[in-house]
Amino acid sequence: MAQLAARKPKKTFREKINEEHIAGMICTAPFTIGFLMFMIVPMLISGYYAFCDFNILQPATFTGLNNLRMMFADAKFWKSLTVTLYFAFVSVPLRLVFALIVALILLKTTKITAFYRAAYYLPSIIGGSVAVAILWKRMFAIDGTINVLLRAVGIESRLAWLGRTDTAIWTLIILAVWQFGSSMLIFLSALKQIPTTLYEAGEIDGANGWKRFFRITLPLLTPTIFFNLVMQMINGFLAFTQCYIITQGKPMNSTLFYTVYMYQQSFEYYKAGYGAALAWVMLLIIGIFTALLFATKRFWVYEE
Amino acid sequence: MKTKKIIGRTLYHILVFGFAIVMVYPLLWMVFSSFKPTNTIFTTAQELLPRTWTLDNYHNGWKGFANVGFGRFFLNSLVISLLATLGTLASSSIVAYGFARLRFKGRGLLFSAMLVTMMLPAQVLMIPQYIWYQKLGWVGNYLPLIVPYWFATQGFFVYLITNFIGGIPKDLDEAAKIDGCSTYGIFFWIILPLIVPALITGGIFSFIWRWDDFLSALLYVSKTESYPVSLALKLFSDPSSSSDYGAMFAMSTLSILPVVLIFITLQRYLVEGIATSGLKG
Repeated sequence: MAQLAARKPKKTFREKINEEHIAGMICTAPFTIGFLMFMIVPMLISGYYAFCDFNILQPATFTGLNNLRMMFADAKFWKSLTVTLYFAFVSVPLRLVFALIVALILLKTTKITAFYRAAYYLPSIIGGSVAVAILWKRMFAIDGTINVLLRAVGIESRLAWLGRTDTAIWTLIILAVWQFGSSMLIFLSALKQIPTTLYEAGEIDGANGWKRFFRITLPLLTPTIFFNLVMQMINGFLAFTQCYIITQGKPMNSTLFYTVYMYQQSFEYYKAGYGAALAWVMLLIIGIFTALLFATKRFWVYEE
Repeated sequence: MKTKKIIGRTLYHILVFGFAIVMVYPLLWMVFSSFKPTNTIFTTAQELLPRTWTLDNYHNGWKGFANVGFGRFFLNSLVISLLATLGTLASSSIVAYGFARLRFKGRGLLFSAMLVTMMLPAQVLMIPQYIWYQKLGWVGNYLPLIVPYWFATQGFFVYLITNFIGGIPKDLDEAAKIDGCSTYGIFFWIILPLIVPALITGGIFSFIWRWDDFLSALLYVSKTESYPVSLALKLFSDPSSSSDYGAMFAMSTLSILPVVLIFITLQRYLVEGIATSGLKG
């Protein structure tokens, strides 16, 4: 210690980095650097390439708005956009409704509720894995588990679930809804935070079960519902792995997710400039969509 | 009245239990199928339990493909997941300390940036990042799968730990400061030991997400002997390389085993993490 005290300039340095406003910047420096290095810089670079003809390996040539023009004329782009929006708008609300219903049912604590919760939660823990995607592909095959089980209970089914344009997307939607467990847990803990005094007051005022749900429970859950709706819609727009492994966009592009199309363009056809433009357009769509959702917030989300 | 109650309760349990079975049935089916002789899996698909139990699928699957065994793939996944998780926890906790306890210029702006990273999934950055890593010469090795995580790039973890530190009384910091503890000393000696539960929760999530990560492996890992399990499994299941469904299900089962084990033993932390991070708007 005495040695350190003797060296005066070093001590002032130590004092300086210990000051709150300097220390704050030092502590958060990893994030600042990471945010610039791994988010902002890549976005800016790709922002430039979005206006270029670029195949990753050779230098880019600036082509102005050509990529955007190509996009508007590209039927596959529109197809993938509609498929993705359809997937997100169907699967996310379905998953949230399921999660809420099951959360309400499991709110009543019995001795084996913990087991039930675990069983319902397990799929959302492993649902994103390649293993489950492979399993799903086999389950919905013509000779797969679903058809065999349907026949076992007397329903004659030889449907090629993954081979028909009207059913293939539903295999992906079912897989997404199957993973309602984590939303269910979020609802469960939100439900537990509702003060019982509110329900007691409602009871005194003569509100029955349904009325209590729609007048007390649901309004108090709206902030949770809103937050999860925003996050899950964004994730729904950007689903990749399951589509990439299970359907590859087939049949006839009826399950072609936007991100998979983006991947194909960039890494299978080597049109990285076009891919970068696609990524930016998706970012804009997400931004606009999120802003719209926030604009509706004051009409239906309860604020304390 | 009493019998009505009993009937109601029984009905409740039958329904809830039945639905729970439906939920986990696909997984049970996969696990039991992996113990069936491979040529009987789809001929006896309606039966859950194997008529004859066999370990052949595990034996065959473990050999892997292209002369690389599945043991190697598992080791790769383990190395990537552990290094990325360690980096996430180390960087996120010091950053969270800065956000939760220190006032400095630009704090509000940085915090908003952090919230934005929470809402930006990796997929939208897939092509921008690829182009950037290509310029850095990182494509083809593990750097893109590990290095970014050492810079607190996942807002979820920063947010989780910031909230947790917010719940720790400031009196402790003040006391330590009076005793001559520096700002950094307070983090290491006071805060770090107290946020262990949040680190466990975050660690579990990070590990599971890294373990399951398929997209970045697909983009950046090129050599077969460097494949993590997720990528190896995908190629293993491609019709061109194998139609041995038994081996496929056996390796799939093994690949989810670490996650399921974590789930069973550390469920409490997972539930807490979900509850605290999913509620705030």
